[in-house]
Amino acid sequence: MSTTNEIRYLASHEWGRIDEEGILTVGISDHAQDLLGDIVFVELPDIGKTLEAEEESAIVESVKAASDVYSPLSGEVIEVNEKLLDEPEIVNGSPYEEGWFFKIRLDDGSEFENLMTEEEYTNSCEE
Amino acid sequence: MVDFHGWSMPINYGSQITEHNAVRENCGIFDVSHMTILDFHGEDSELFIRKLIANDVKKLKQDFEGLYSAMLNDNGGVIDDLIAYRLDSGYRLVVNCATRGEDLKWISTKVKDYEVEMIERDDLSMVAIQGPKSSEVLSKCPAPIVRALESKKKQQGVFGNNMFATKTGYTGEMGFEVILPHDQAINLWKNAVEAGAEPIGLGARDTLRLEAGMNLYGFEMNESISPYECNMTWTVDLKDEKRSFFGKESLLKQASEGQHLELVGLILDDRTILRQGQKLQFVSSADLEGIVTSGTYSPTLKKPIALARIPKTTEQICFAEVRGKKVFAKIGTPRFIKEGQFIFKERT
Repeated sequence: MSTTNEIRYLASHEWGRIDEEGILTVGISDHAQDLLGDIVFVELPDIGKTLEAEEESAIVESVKAASDVYSPLSGEVIEVNEKLLDEPEIVNGSPYEEGWFFKIRLDDGSEFENLMTEEEYTNSCEE
Repeated sequence: MVDFHGWSMPINYGSQITEHNAVRENCGIFDVSHMTILDFHGEDSELFIRKLIANDVKKLKQDFEGLYSAMLNDNGGVIDDLIAYRLDSGYRLVVNCATRGEDLKWISTKVKDYEVEMIERDDLSMVAIQGPKSSEVLSKCPAPIVRALESKKKQQGVFGNNMFATKTGYTGEMGFEVILPHDQAINLWKNAVEAGAEPIGLGARDTLRLEAGMNLYGFEMNESISPYECNMTWTVDLKDEKRSFFGKESLLKQASEGQHLELVGLILDDRTILRQGQKLQFVSSADLEGIVTSGTYSPTLKKPIALARIPKTTEQICFAEVRGKKVFAKIGTPRFIKEGQFIFKERT
């Protein structure tokens, strides 16, 4: 059973944090920002857009490479972190708090449990 | 840390952008010991080096002075780019680590016909100290030899106490490169860092050289690219008509036929970085196509920049299709920053 404010992951390094209303905040993991290096541009989805689970939803570009950000679950985009457009380096400094990318209203909150737990994700990073 | 052609090297020590800015604003120190150092001694050494590379070492006025050059194959393609230094007894070439194998193969074959001994100096390290405060940092290091550098001009150098120090670099800032035995290199590194030099990784080395419009082998140049097509025309010295060098005949032929490709600089207002290999198109010349040779985010300009090889044209703008979107770039000189100043000139 998942608990409110728990963070879960995709193997592709996105995290999602669920609240009591079924809103999922999405970002990229500390491991991901570390692999990417200095982040210089972020492209965010349009508000109102409906995303499928594991659909390309945002782009993060660092000095080294551009990388797609996938939506962990399906839902409608209700808010984006516009601060990242001017200060993308926030993602490097605070990947789980200030550096969130977007929020979606989940189609089905129960799907959250299908995501990887912190332990499963950490193990997958070490593989 | 990454494996860079057999050398374990850091992409960055901390933040690549912070390291980049440290070199533009203060002073950075680079461990560039991966570079291959080749010394040439013997009575034919000048004759041989003048034959081997496209620039002419005859114009080096003093010992320990260096010049930038291409080493060409018979088709006029770039085998490598290098710095050639005059020594008190012979010449020293500093060539790329990525091309070491090909270089040695080529040079060993050619050197046989000359009274020249080639020695690879893997007993030496190389350290670069670069940035507006590099003189200040160096003056605090307890190595008297570096003091002698102060009176020297760019590209010139000094030698003493086993240290070979020159006013050269790969960043577009004033600075020094020092070739010295490994144990002395460690001491120089420690002293320079104590005096305020920031250690700089490979990542910032690349963004610095790109802003400065300096070529990187395998990106702007390769064996099928002529110096005329990679902004190295100025390094081809044809003044001495009697001098023959490898690739010369092909170059003369190319020059008479006219140049078809050139290296340009691109600046983008878009929030997209054009990477190596990206195709470029032109709005009013649909049949022409160019290619990005290196692209990055410029920490100094806070914009994406790129170097690109494009057909000779008067077009001022080009575009690329990236992730289904058209991205436009201004075309201009293949150099962006020199000693902290913006020097890019866009086409008008």
